[in-house]
Amino acid sequence: MIAELGLAALWLAAALAALQMVAGFMAVRDDGSSELVRLIRPAAIAQGVLVTFSFAMLVWLFAITDLSVKLVVSNSHSMKPLIFKLSGTWGNHEGSMLLWVMVMGLAGALIAAVERRLPERTMNATLAAQGVVSLGFYAFLLLSSNPFERLPTPAPEGMGLNPLLQDIGLAFHPPTLYLGYVGLSVAFSFAVGALLTRQVTPNFARAMRPWVLGAWVMLTVGITAGSYWAYYELGWGGWWFWDPVENASLMPWLAATALLHSASVLASRDALRTWTIMLGVVAFSMSMVGTFLVRSGILTSVHAFAVDPERGSFILVLLGIFIGGALLLFALRASTISEGQRFALASREGALVFNNVMLSAILAIVLLGTLYPLLTEAFDVRVSVGPPYFNPVGAIFTVPMLAVMAVGPLLRWRRDRADRIGREVALFAALVLAALILFSLLAEMAILPLLGLALGIGLAVASLLPLRGRKLSRTPLATWGMVTAHFGIAVALIGMASESAFTEERLAAVAEGGSTTVGPWTIELQGVEPVAGPNWTAIQGRLAASYDGGEVKMLTPQSRNFWAPPQQTTESALVTRWNGQLYAVVGDRAPDGRWQLRLWWKPLVPLIWYGGLLVALGGVLALIGRVISDIRHRRLAARIAQRRADREAMA
Amino acid sequence: MTALKAKHQRLVLVVLALIALVGAGLLAAYALRNQASYFYLPEQMLENPPEVGQAVRLGGMVELGSLQTAADGVTLTFAVTGKDDARVPVRFSGIAPDLFVEGSGVVAEGRLGPDGTFVADNLLAKHDENYVPRELQEMDEHQAAKMAEETTVGLE
Repeated sequence: MIAELGLAALWLAAALAALQMVAGFMAVRDDGSSELVRLIRPAAIAQGVLVTFSFAMLVWLFAITDLSVKLVVSNSHSMKPLIFKLSGTWGNHEGSMLLWVMVMGLAGALIAAVERRLPERTMNATLAAQGVVSLGFYAFLLLSSNPFERLPTPAPEGMGLNPLLQDIGLAFHPPTLYLGYVGLSVAFSFAVGALLTRQVTPNFARAMRPWVLGAWVMLTVGITAGSYWAYYELGWGGWWFWDPVENASLMPWLAATALLHSASVLASRDALRTWTIMLGVVAFSMSMVGTFLVRSGILTSVHAFAVDPERGSFILVLLGIFIGGALLLFALRASTISEGQRFALASREGALVFNNVMLSAILAIVLLGTLYPLLTEAFDVRVSVGPPYFNPVGAIFTVPMLAVMAVGPLLRWRRDRADRIGREVALFAALVLAALILFSLLAEMAILPLLGLALGIGLAVASLLPLRGRKLSRTPLATWGMVTAHFGIAVALIGMASESAFTEERLAAVAEGGSTTVGPWTIELQGVEPVAGPNWTAIQGRLAASYDGGEVKMLTPQSRNFWAPPQQTTESALVTRWNGQLYAVVGDRAPDGRWQLRLWWKPLVPLIWYGGLLVALGGVLALIGRVISDIRHRRLAARIAQRRADREAMA
Repeated sequence: MTALKAKHQRLVLVVLALIALVGAGLLAAYALRNQASYFYLPEQMLENPPEVGQAVRLGGMVELGSLQTAADGVTLTFAVTGKDDARVPVRFSGIAPDLFVEGSGVVAEGRLGPDGTFVADNLLAKHDENYVPRELQEMDEHQAAKMAEETTVGLE
């Protein structure tokens, strides 16, 4: 019954999306004179409610492990801990696509409910565009990936969830990432709406900006969480592998970062109109490309749940329609967007344009590197593309971008003189140079980590300069947000560079009672014993680690055996200090009875994720600042209107 | 840009952006040709070996009876076999994946050493039924028949 309710709600939501689309386009064509126009916003809201209800039904099915539902049988197990039953709802293809459309439905409902700044006609076009995109994904879900399908006869037991996914990370990483991915659909719809009604104005950018900010914050959190999850769960000691699925989340982030900055130029200065629209289209297109790469099964990864060519072609067709349609509309209408305000090269706009171009170039590099293996496979050549490509080629564009990012916020809008900020530029350059010389003398480092460390240090100081000479209590929240986010980038950069420059690794076979060292740590293998969990058994190493002969910390890395499905996983153990992390993995038993241990000492590595969180925090601050000032403006406008009405009444 | 006719600003911006993007694309294409890591089967590696030190991947079956652990307890040596008795010796230091056993498929990431031994940095083996390295998937089908033949030889 529950499954049928969920399915019915999903069909109804799809019907409402169709209504929203038709009514929206009719309202745009005949200028809102038809009766249907009043249905658009309620349809969007009801759609959001229905699809959320449908998702809740699926979560319920997983919670009670209803073994008559195919999806539950193939991805869950009655013995699984409850938290993993719940998060397992989206640990599979169908469930994660339902999560995707739910986020999309909610985003649509939210803009329908609260967005009142834009002309009604533009809003109708925006909601119509949102309806088109939703309808496509509803069709995908209902026609090729029905999550509520029943089995003819209920199964005696479920097959279980991939043990790598049985981790608290699954509860956070996919939902936040999806909020980001799909939140960008709002920017896409806004861009299409503005193009359709020829309303590419600062107001449009102001209306779009909080949505982009919100989506971008979620993407940042999702990527940071995913990186940390992969770091401790996979047991390889790496935090970013340039895996196609990781790139699939990085590409929308790059596009959204560029969009965020260009939308702020459009909002405050009425420049970069066409470019902002283009980025709005590109950002969500990258989300869809990512979904296609991950969900079509053309890649092998822990994210590609099921290999199904039919689904792949379905998403590819959707992708073609949405991206192709939007680009076509863009090509037809771009020439009608009149040029915005001009600006000098040495101005804040100039710096932001530079940042945008560099971000787009990095995006192009990541995209090409990700698609290249697919391309060569068509010619029957198997290649894989990894760090030797992405790191140096990406750095060519990242380094100048970071340099401009350090000083750009100090420039004034419209027109400025480079020599006005000469002292700040000199400070930044001196810091970077000093760090470069110092580190190249003190330590033997590869060029990229060296550059990363030096730029990170310079940037950390330079990012705080916009606060100088300001009254801190009166600095707008949005400025605080920018400073925090830029500072976060510097922090993450220092973490990344330090990790790749100073990591020490020790691989050793150690007898019980024996010890080994890695970096400043001495590690003793006190014993190896079997342990059991709710749905696994494991071999657990007991390690006593001491930093420089100091206090002893215990680590218990495990090698786990799950029985549903039968699979082994490596559970790493970590000790975090202020200056880095010790990472330990236990491996097989060598023939002579010694145990394989793999240990890493990674100085400053937690900064990578702290930096990511700071970037997200900066986004949150900016978002709050924007929303507060928007509410203030609305109140003011209402009061002015009130007063004018009063005056007219008096007269 | 102040000296520039303001009229042309939009055009200049578009041209600059295009140059940067095309530059990025060309750079990417150039780097991809050099930096992509190619996939080799054992017979391909013997016939047409990659340059020593170039990052490549090698995929094949772990030869039965070839897997040995060195005295340090963490270095593994084994041979990867392919079609027509092609055989490449491999050395790997590290913790092998869980389902890495003799007679199963493996993809080794690393480089060919000067002595003809493939030095692997990383081994990819079948994780579970749902997560099989792409190259292994087809190899399994290819070699399943042959493997079955070999392993049943002594049983009759």
